[in-house]
Amino acid sequence: MTQRSTRRVPKMVIGLLMLSLGIQIVWHQNAPEPSVQIQALTKPPQLELLRIFSLGDPIVAAKILMLWLQAYDSQAGKVFSYQQLNYNSLQKWLEQILHFDPKSQYPLLAASHFYSMIGEPHKKRQMLEFVYQQFFIDPATRWRWLAHAAILAKHRLKDLPLALKYAEAIAAHATPDMPYWAQEMRLFILEDMGELERARLIIGGMLANGQITAPDEIKFLNEKLLALEKQIR
Amino acid sequence: MKQIFTLATLVALEALRTRFFALIILWLLIGFGFALFIGQITVIETIAYQSSLLAAFLRLSAVYIVSLFVITSMVREFQDNSVYLWLSLPIPRSTYVIGKFSGFTLVALFTAILFGATLLLFVSYPQVGLWTLSLLCELLIMTALSLFLALTFHQTVQAFSVVLGFYILARSIATLQLIAQGPLNNSQSGINQLINGLINWLAMLLPSLDRFSQSEWIVYHTGSIDNLLEVVVQTIIYVILLIAMSLFDFYRKNL
Repeated sequence: MTQRSTRRVPKMVIGLLMLSLGIQIVWHQNAPEPSVQIQALTKPPQLELLRIFSLGDPIVAAKILMLWLQAYDSQAGKVFSYQQLNYNSLQKWLEQILHFDPKSQYPLLAASHFYSMIGEPHKKRQMLEFVYQQFFIDPATRWRWLAHAAILAKHRLKDLPLALKYAEAIAAHATPDMPYWAQEMRLFILEDMGELERARLIIGGMLANGQITAPDEIKFLNEKLLALEKQIR
Repeated sequence: MKQIFTLATLVALEALRTRFFALIILWLLIGFGFALFIGQITVIETIAYQSSLLAAFLRLSAVYIVSLFVITSMVREFQDNSVYLWLSLPIPRSTYVIGKFSGFTLVALFTAILFGATLLLFVSYPQVGLWTLSLLCELLIMTALSLFLALTFHQTVQAFSVVLGFYILARSIATLQLIAQGPLNNSQSGINQLINGLINWLAMLLPSLDRFSQSEWIVYHTGSIDNLLEVVVQTIIYVILLIAMSLFDFYRKNL
């Protein structure tokens, strides 16, 4: 359909258009600032309810929820600390997301790298424990997050028994694709704990049962074994 | 056959003249911008997030645009009385319905191909191919449904509202069935048994659209020919059912 020239529009209509646009801009400028009141993170709804809202596509629902949760600490243009987050609710949300998309690593990355970087030890421990519990569901893909949890437990929490618990879980569920360093983490933790005899026995066991096949790794473990034996003497 | 081809060509021409494909391109650009934004805010699994969210956006958009096009095109046929012109010609009513459906199928085909091609930016072609064919099947069901509802209601608002309701229900019915049969439900109660029966009855009549164009195929590359075969068989059955319903209704109309 062809259009007539703008000169055919009555001046009154053009005036009304300009005036209403001006009023809208003025109205917006004078509107109150968006509320900066932080909304507390509540517990997620029941899994069945979330499943209905996902319209039969749980993977997309999981990804939308994860991005929403990731952005939860910045509300109304302000970023607030993780200390203000309810970690019980947070953990429930992460569990629901993993339930929807078990192959995704994002929730475990968030738990082990973001939400565990908090000053409060009990919240940090809660996140590390969450990673530990989730590890057993799929050790072959989730071991890296537990390895990070072991490092945090050792260096941030200075809780060597906790770090050893995580490292032993990794070693107990080792898969052929897992790098040797992940399986050997427990040796260094045991050494730090002064449990040299236990470390020596583990290395001996690893070398004896043919678990380690790479020549460099065998050489490294043999050297470590000798060093430990010297220390024990 | 020639009459069906003529009707289908006219529908395709209508899509071109109403700038339907310009809208599709615009939609693709919006989707692409959305995917870029997702890429900026994700820390890991960026491609998985971009491809799955873009696929979900394109899937919903395709259903919305194609259904609305079918409904508005058919409603206009009734409002400007061109349907009477067609029926005054020596063509059977079945040819008119099938010709129109063939034209809308062409529109759905181009939409699915354009939307699927966008995903090639993120995902390898075998999975995108499966997803695109599955999206085409989904669009064919929604096209046949929209045609049936437009022939029945002759009104855009009513027809599109039913399309939306049908789509949401068809994608959620499997979940509703699981919830109804789950341990949380008290199966002793009469009302619950009635609701369970109603949900099972609905599930029997609806296609399981949650099995179509699954995000898992795009993200984890799990789609197979078996998945596609299931989708194609369901589409053939349901499109034939909807076309039969349209013909039944159209033949009964006193036009």
